[in-house]
Amino acid sequence: MIRLDNLTKVFDTPKGAVVAADHINMEVPSGEICILLGPSGCGKTTTLKMINRIIRPTSGKVFIDGEDTTGMDTQTLRRNIGYVIQQIGLFPNMTIEENITIVPRLLGWDKAKYRERARELMAMIALEPDAFLKRYPNELSGGQQQRIGVARALAADPPVMLMDEPFGAIDPINRAVIQDEFLKMQQELKKTIMFVSHDIDEAVKMGDRIAIFRDGHLVQYAPPDELLADPNDAFVESFLGEDRALKRLNLVKVQEVIGGELATVTPSDSLETALERLDDYGYQHAIVMVNEKHQPIGIIPRSVAQVSRGICHDHAQQVPATVQLEDDLRKAVSLMLAQDVTWLPCIDKEGRLCGQITQRDMTHHLGARFRAQQDVSRPTRLLVED
Amino acid sequence: MPIQTLKGALRVPTLLAIFLVGVWSHSSGLIDEFLFYLPDIQFLAVEHLWLTAVSGSLAILVAIPLGVALSRPSMVRWAEPAMQVLNVGTTIPTLAVLALSMSLLGIGVVPAIFGLFVATLLPITRNTYTGLMGVSPALKEAAAGIGMSPTQRLFRVELPNALYVIFAGIRTALAINVGTVPLAFLIGAGGLGELIFTGIDLYNPVMMLAGAIPTALLAIFIDALVAMIAFLVVPRGVNPARAAAQA
Repeated sequence: MIRLDNLTKVFDTPKGAVVAADHINMEVPSGEICILLGPSGCGKTTTLKMINRIIRPTSGKVFIDGEDTTGMDTQTLRRNIGYVIQQIGLFPNMTIEENITIVPRLLGWDKAKYRERARELMAMIALEPDAFLKRYPNELSGGQQQRIGVARALAADPPVMLMDEPFGAIDPINRAVIQDEFLKMQQELKKTIMFVSHDIDEAVKMGDRIAIFRDGHLVQYAPPDELLADPNDAFVESFLGEDRALKRLNLVKVQEVIGGELATVTPSDSLETALERLDDYGYQHAIVMVNEKHQPIGIIPRSVAQVSRGICHDHAQQVPATVQLEDDLRKAVSLMLAQDVTWLPCIDKEGRLCGQITQRDMTHHLGARFRAQQDVSRPTRLLVED
Repeated sequence: MPIQTLKGALRVPTLLAIFLVGVWSHSSGLIDEFLFYLPDIQFLAVEHLWLTAVSGSLAILVAIPLGVALSRPSMVRWAEPAMQVLNVGTTIPTLAVLALSMSLLGIGVVPAIFGLFVATLLPITRNTYTGLMGVSPALKEAAAGIGMSPTQRLFRVELPNALYVIFAGIRTALAINVGTVPLAFLIGAGGLGELIFTGIDLYNPVMMLAGAIPTALLAIFIDALVAMIAFLVVPRGVNPARAAAQA
């Protein structure tokens, strides 16, 4: 857990005092990723760097796991906080192994233990230990270097990590890969992470919570879905962008929206049965045909059922597309747009049909929060006390 | 081997020229005359190297800590003025430095070593300072953020990363040093300058060359020696020479 209590930084510049961070109060629960987001110069990086005292706070306190860090020795404090920066900052004079094990060595681990740890970390970031440990940073690609940077921060297994735009300097394709890898690691490691970003999509993807900064103030601090559904003010709204409702598609899984039981036919059913079921259930377009394992193997369009005779097996058409329960709505929408359909059958991991998802379900689900906010007065989510 | 390139075409005349110079110098008795000075050369070269070694190591011992001190954040205020003073120092001719040091310390080895020390000090200090200031702020921040103390940062990150530039300073400084030692003869410190200046005074070109050629060879030798040490000492990751050798 990281808790900031009235954390303030005032810089003395030739033009007078500049308040870079103004009485920031926030709390990141253990095991969560909190993204600090905002335009440049908004105080997010200053706030982050005050936690490990790269920038010394003017006033206010930082609590880590409930403990006030004010009296703590700076070196001890920093060795217990993983730190990843945008410029990566691997030491070019050291091998990858020396880079990764630097914090354990500072902490005085014995050689066998930290070497073992280096191999463990390499496995964690999916780089071959024998191929990489003896190499130097300048022999690696940017993406590989930043993976090493993350490994270095994790080396001594700190409970808390600070990341300053860690993936900002990596090309978009590699960035997405590293983000996914990192999220997978985080699912097991459960670190408490503060993460500075200026990329709203990255924030929505990575964050359990997002803190929006403006001019040294914390403007809104909320989970991504809540933030996108209900921005506090015009600034947050414009920062999130006009397509913020679309961004929410990333956050919702198909299984949250899935419609209930879906009527089906089997290959041996006659087309009359199919038409009957289409009418009974009120399906406008088509009915799904499943095999004995309940896997969708085809569809019977209403038009076919109306004009033809015979068994379904002979008249079935190909299933246009299916979505998995774990897929997000973004993929579902994309498939619908690509296939020109308004509904998709949903399958589980074994490929069994377990329901359908329609455009109506999705708009209804995403709109629910909006309607709720129209009804009740807006709750105050600001943690800033003025 | 057929001659195909300009370089290949030049090789033959070059070898021929070297051969002719050799023939001429032997037939004119130059080599015999030169060999006449061999015992002198041996004795004076040792003296010469000794002056370089003492003044050079003193300079390294003082200049590196000085450069490190100037690059510390607490010294930033003094660093720029100090570097200006050092830069002005570099522009004073070495002969003038030796003359000044003679007027302070008299004649002999001590003022010579002092003069050489001053002349050598400047390039090393400047390169140490520039090298350390050139270490990327991101590296320093990473080192601090990881929890290194200022001393650990200096020895584990800053100095290793500045080492190549520092060695470049040492190379320049020692080359200047070896080339300046002949002047030390003028204030009574010996060295190969004895043959050079005596040769000039006696209108004896062979004697002069007997001092000048070994001096040049010594300078090249010292430069190569320091380059070799740099190659071995500077970590592979920050050593352009070794990076090239790898590729």
